[in-house]
Amino acid sequence: MIHDKKAHKYGMVIDLDKCTGCGTCAVSCMSENNVPFKEDESDKKDSITWMRVYRLTNGRPFPDTEVVYMPRPCQHCGGKGDHGHSPCVSVCPATATDYGYDTGIVSQIYTRCFGCRYCMAACPYHARYFNWWDPVWPEGMEKYLSPNVSPRMRGVVEKCSFCYHRYQLAREKAYVNGSGEVPEEDYQTACTTACPAGAIVFGDLNNPSHKVHQIVKPDPHPDPLNPDVVGKSRNPRVFRLLERLGTNPKVYYMSEREWVRKMGDHYLDGEWDKVKNVYGSASHE
Amino acid sequence: MKVDRRSFLGLGIGAVAGIAVSPVGAKLTDDFSIWTQNWPWTPVPPDGEISYDRSVCNLCPGTCGITVRKIDGRPVKIEGLDTYPVNDGGVCLHGIAGLQYLYDPSRVKTPLKKVNQRFVPISWDEALAMVTGRLKQLQEDQNPEALACITGSGQGSVPGLFNHFMAAFGSPNCLTMPDLESWLVLTATTLHGPKQTLGFDIDHSDHILSFGAGLIDGWGSPVACIQAVAGRKQREATLVQIEPRLSNTAAGADRWIPINPGTEADLAMGMCGFLLKENLFDPVFAQGFKGGFMRFTAMVQKEYPLDKVAAVTGVSAADIQKTATAFAKAKMPVALPGKGRGEGAQSLKEFAAVHTLNCLTGNINKKGGAFVKPLPDYLSFPDPVLDDVAQKGAAAEPLAASAQALVARIDQSDQSPVEVLFVYNANPCFALNDPSRVAAAFEKIPFKVCVSPFMDETAMASDVILPVSTFLEQMEDVPSRGGLAASVVGLARPMVKPVFDTRSPGDVVIAVAGSLGGGVAQSFPWKNYEDCLKQVAGKIWNPLTRKGHVIVSGRPPAGSVETDFGFLAENPDTLKPAGDQEFTLIPIDNFRVPPTVPAPSPFAIKTVSDRILKGTDMFVEINPQSANHLKDGGFATLTTPAGSVRVRVHFNDGIMPGVIGMVKGLGHTLNNRYVSGKGVNINALISPTIEPGSGMDAAYGIRAGISKA
Repeated sequence: MIHDKKAHKYGMVIDLDKCTGCGTCAVSCMSENNVPFKEDESDKKDSITWMRVYRLTNGRPFPDTEVVYMPRPCQHCGGKGDHGHSPCVSVCPATATDYGYDTGIVSQIYTRCFGCRYCMAACPYHARYFNWWDPVWPEGMEKYLSPNVSPRMRGVVEKCSFCYHRYQLAREKAYVNGSGEVPEEDYQTACTTACPAGAIVFGDLNNPSHKVHQIVKPDPHPDPLNPDVVGKSRNPRVFRLLERLGTNPKVYYMSEREWVRKMGDHYLDGEWDKVKNVYGSASHE
Repeated sequence: MKVDRRSFLGLGIGAVAGIAVSPVGAKLTDDFSIWTQNWPWTPVPPDGEISYDRSVCNLCPGTCGITVRKIDGRPVKIEGLDTYPVNDGGVCLHGIAGLQYLYDPSRVKTPLKKVNQRFVPISWDEALAMVTGRLKQLQEDQNPEALACITGSGQGSVPGLFNHFMAAFGSPNCLTMPDLESWLVLTATTLHGPKQTLGFDIDHSDHILSFGAGLIDGWGSPVACIQAVAGRKQREATLVQIEPRLSNTAAGADRWIPINPGTEADLAMGMCGFLLKENLFDPVFAQGFKGGFMRFTAMVQKEYPLDKVAAVTGVSAADIQKTATAFAKAKMPVALPGKGRGEGAQSLKEFAAVHTLNCLTGNINKKGGAFVKPLPDYLSFPDPVLDDVAQKGAAAEPLAASAQALVARIDQSDQSPVEVLFVYNANPCFALNDPSRVAAAFEKIPFKVCVSPFMDETAMASDVILPVSTFLEQMEDVPSRGGLAASVVGLARPMVKPVFDTRSPGDVVIAVAGSLGGGVAQSFPWKNYEDCLKQVAGKIWNPLTRKGHVIVSGRPPAGSVETDFGFLAENPDTLKPAGDQEFTLIPIDNFRVPPTVPAPSPFAIKTVSDRILKGTDMFVEINPQSANHLKDGGFATLTTPAGSVRVRVHFNDGIMPGVIGMVKGLGHTLNNRYVSGKGVNINALISPTIEPGSGMDAAYGIRAGISKA
């Protein structure tokens, strides 16, 4: 029952210059979404972290070394041309993952998933995780589990949902209030509210009054260099990961450092210099 | 029966129609899907009414306000409390993981006593009777000073009750673990007189000169510091970070100045000398300088000329000049002491030298500067009632100036001068340097009582464990500390009924005092801890319970500040890392790994990089330039004068050549498989060195060798 008929496009922008790499977003996410843990979590390939914080370095020797941390939730791709054909959604044989045209959020329905892991292979961002084991909490610890997110079982894939249950609660609240519209502050993901540095800004990319829209300034026109790319930022400091693939992620990153922005994609020699100053379509400037 | 074409088709169509119409297929599919989706072992968290409750986190010196989301009274999520004066909605991973501590596998569920090296559950009455019996024995022997006590922090009413108990019992041997606050109090006492501490108005400063202070690596009040650093760009403040390794703070700073480990004090002294020579200090504030300012001036200029300082620290003379000048010419500069989190082994010389830079700029008790403020005095305990025995004991000479020194003294003596030891909210058997010697010293103490929610290393070495509640299960006042500009007292309130048979630590002390009788019992006239808190915090009790917090002092403290240069004018030695091997091993404070109590939560350990911990193997960082034959990711043997361990090597360009870094706080051996047996406790590789001026352990790092394993 969607009372709010507007098409939203929820997304976030993460300021990598503010990110301290403290890991609070990751733990807030685990706590909010009943993410389990096991005895050894040091094999990061099977460690379920919807929000993972990567460490990037500029690769220069001492003392010119620089380090930046990059939190990576699910990118909630809109797919080519932003038509909702996200890489994972396109390959799911069970419709266990789907694109919400009303929110732009890529869902994951655990009970539908039968664990083929095609979506994991399709995801260019390693944002999806497979439950190789049933979750086990130490005795008594399951008392802190939240009823808003069902714990997953062995054999299914899980990933960041942009805290969709928070959207549901906010939407119900808006309905009860009679306003119909979800205010910006009522729907914020657990990582956003937790970040002590305020590095994450979350909101509706379609709504010009939302902070995320004002920072990202998404270009409504396709990129003239690559028509698959829509919503490219017109802010010269903002970029997306592997943007030229045309996956159209709704997670944007921001940095003043050029080497960080360059790390957002793989560039051949000389390629970066050609594209680094192209921000959105010229037609709209 | 003959099967012709007609009947074959008829049967066929009939069968198809039958199957299509029959509910069996649908029923089977339905059953199958239900059957395959039956996971009775996967918990279904019960739903219920949502409510929010507020409290204060007491896991670290940060003291952040928190809100707890509950479902039918069951806490399910911790978040930051908006508008709380310390953290204004911010929170850190350890606070969020606070709920895991409630149900931590290493929690002590009932009082325990050690019998033949094994713990046996006992009743609270029996446990308290054992403790009082021992204490009565000390009183009968007229030897109350043989009782010692180690607490985590010195502030707040619960440590206050332990202090009060020690005073009433007649023992001067009440010590705290070395945290940032204890170093700040010591520095303020040395330079400005007793009963004071330092705070830093990082929020408003326009030039932060940090001598290794890990502002976004957990220094001070971690969330407040992260917020102050995050807001730096907006207010155009500069952060200059001086330390041997590109920490996250250094990576986020405007400028990183690598420095030879442990020479920060020399650099600060050199800068002082330069500023004095160039007349770049505040003459008005200098009117409050006494106690050997002239001697200090002469000394730093003679002993710390820039070329000499440059050679010692590895920072070029031009850089020192430039940094010092920029600092002195800034409008609201502040210099921060305390490497990493600022806790553990630091150095009074270094703290004093760095704070002297603040004094020279005159930016003391002004916006954006350093605050010299009185220790919070919102608690008023009654005067203890001392009988003759207690009076004699109280007058005795304290055994040691710090927990590390006390342990060393016990370790070196044939018969321990301490007969009964209380440990509360501290884990000396893990957190002090050279924990094997700490354990050996513990062996010599006849009776150890650990007041702790967790079966940590110290609890395991104790004779009786009195299990206390966690911060989510009890009421307690939580004063802010650790270099915050404002002094805020928060009230932690029970968010959930105690999960196990635990009591509030305040109630434990009051119960022990009551059963001792005599002067001690008279000194504790309260029914229980809540009653006690209401009375001793009477000054602020009403606003505290109404608002959940009280700002004791927010603005810069008023009044003039006098500065005594006596300590620094003597030019105390800078302690060098012990040993003579090729490398210097330094501890790394990583935000995701808490260094002392409590041990990391499973969630915190989960976030630790696989370049710090892989399986149970620990990585050390080394610059590839000085790695010689070592391989990135390969195994190596790390040897220091204190011990030798097998580690793996992580090449990090952001660490000075010649320095090896190891994350502090791993290598626990407590009873929690998610946290224990992972990595190495770096404290086991560092032998303590007591700094003469402070009596505290100042061994930050040690010389080390590394070779391919």
